[in-house]
Amino acid sequence: MPGAIYAEGLVKTFGDVTALDGVDLDVPEGTVLGLLGPNGAGKTTAVRVLTTLLQPDRGKAAVAGIDVLKHPNEVRRSIGLSGQFAAVDEYLTGRENLQMVGRLYQMNAKAAKVRAGELLDRFNLADAADRIAKTYSGGMRRRLDLAAALVVSPPVMFMDEPTTGLDPRNRQQLWEVIQELVAGGTTLLLTTQYLEEADRLAHDIAVVDHGKVIARGSSDQLKARTGGERVEVVVHQGDQIAPAREVLAGFGKGEVAIDEHTRRLTVPVTGGAKLLAEVIRELDTRGVEIDDIGLRRPTLDDVFISLTGHAAETATEGSDEDAAVAAATPKGHKETRK
Amino acid sequence: MSAITDAAPVPRAGGGIAGSVRDSLVVAKRNLIRMTRIPEIVLFGLIQPIMFVVLFTYVFGGSISVGGSTDPKLYKEFLMAGIFAQTVTFATAGAGAGIADDMHKGLIDRFRSLPMARGAVLTGRTLADLVQTTLTLVVLAGVALLVGWRAHENIGKVLCGFLLLLLLGYAFSWIGALIGLSVRTPEAATSGGLIWLFPLTFISNAFVPVNGMPSFLQHIAEWNPFSATVAGARQLFGNTMPNVPKSVTGAWPMEHPVLASILWSVLIIAVFRTLAVRKYRSAAV
Repeated sequence: MPGAIYAEGLVKTFGDVTALDGVDLDVPEGTVLGLLGPNGAGKTTAVRVLTTLLQPDRGKAAVAGIDVLKHPNEVRRSIGLSGQFAAVDEYLTGRENLQMVGRLYQMNAKAAKVRAGELLDRFNLADAADRIAKTYSGGMRRRLDLAAALVVSPPVMFMDEPTTGLDPRNRQQLWEVIQELVAGGTTLLLTTQYLEEADRLAHDIAVVDHGKVIARGSSDQLKARTGGERVEVVVHQGDQIAPAREVLAGFGKGEVAIDEHTRRLTVPVTGGAKLLAEVIRELDTRGVEIDDIGLRRPTLDDVFISLTGHAAETATEGSDEDAAVAAATPKGHKETRK
Repeated sequence: MSAITDAAPVPRAGGGIAGSVRDSLVVAKRNLIRMTRIPEIVLFGLIQPIMFVVLFTYVFGGSISVGGSTDPKLYKEFLMAGIFAQTVTFATAGAGAGIADDMHKGLIDRFRSLPMARGAVLTGRTLADLVQTTLTLVVLAGVALLVGWRAHENIGKVLCGFLLLLLLGYAFSWIGALIGLSVRTPEAATSGGLIWLFPLTFISNAFVPVNGMPSFLQHIAEWNPFSATVAGARQLFGNTMPNVPKSVTGAWPMEHPVLASILWSVLIIAVFRTLAVRKYRSAAV
């Protein structure tokens, strides 16, 4: 029994650029799949195919058990789409935007009005409800866009980089909303280039690069692939590296890596926090003065590097959208709208 | 507990002609609301035709020979149907720019992911443009009356003349819709929607009688769909000149301008609506 979102062998090329190169996905009902990858990896193209916006060259896809290629309009009744570029009409008020979307989901005028009011309250937009969306901040627009995707409480949601370009506070707020949504039983496919976001929101993660799913599993499973946890120590003075190394070698499960310049020593371990306490006591006994010590678990960044051989090209805060466009356009990808 | 997932009404099945009409009206309403929020677009849309009325009337008016006379009064009578017709065709640029803007902003993606009638986004836009064109035409007719233009037929026929013009404008907004879906930026849609309108509207019977043109242009002008509407409106307004022959080349549309104008407009709608809706379904920037 395929899941709420199912794809098999999706292929899509634009000219000589292969955006999707045989993508398989299977998202069980009520779970969140994080589609993680750098710009141009094919994430947006996959979402566009699954939301009926784009015809794949090859492959099969089904959403909520309905064939995407054969019955696109049936699929549209069951999905909500929230895009990377907040797609609201900036000359309509927040309320007018939501009412219009409700009407186009075939609700009657009264129901659309009631629902718009509920969503505006829920997304803290009630005060701004009758202002045109052009006057909204980036975070408010994104919330309005998400509200528009939730007008009919679709069983399956697609969010294409929902927090790209948002400041940390707005990102946090949006994450809370998404978690509430998932707790309510919605199946969600989320694309992101923020590893932290996938880690926090997704049950399962599919790492995408060059139009292919190169790894999948839970966040923990993926991290396990890159090795377990490590103890990291920064000593106060260069001459303390040697004794610190002896201590770490005693506790470690592998070679001690040393960076002379930053006086940082790293060693793989098992045993967690308890072990860390022992390491600290032993270093103290030996009189090694430490600037910093910690138990480091691999991040999804580490996962990405070990899988692809390069870091995820996460754009820096504030310039995400520009960076996304700049990165995608020269390659001729249709990943981002210009 | 959660307002997000609670109690949202399950969408009922839309579809059919009623669903299509309903969705189109929802989109038309959206576009009309936008017009009230950006009134400068409507305003600028008015300035150019008003300028044309004034400039052509007073600058060219005494020099252009209509049926062997350069009497400015005659030229006014002759001119207005032409300016009206040119004005309605400018709806092309508005529709094109609006739709290109929607594509650019991601709104077309939003619409395409909704369970709504296929052609409704475009039909809604063209209907809203029709309302704007109607407003423009009303104001323009007022200005024309001020500078001395008069219709000489009964009110019913005059209204039919305006309907003929609006039908042409509606047809042209479908050309604009196709342009808007085909270009990459709203700016390109604006210029792409206007450039070809100049030769189209000038190689016609709108501003000067066709008999002064070289022979090959006479043929083009008299088969030009735009000329049929101008001639048709002129006839319904009672602005035909006794000394200007209906047709120089004997082209059929000039002999039956009202019918020809309707046929041309319907043909343009059929062709361009089909192409635009097809393009919309596969639209991707």
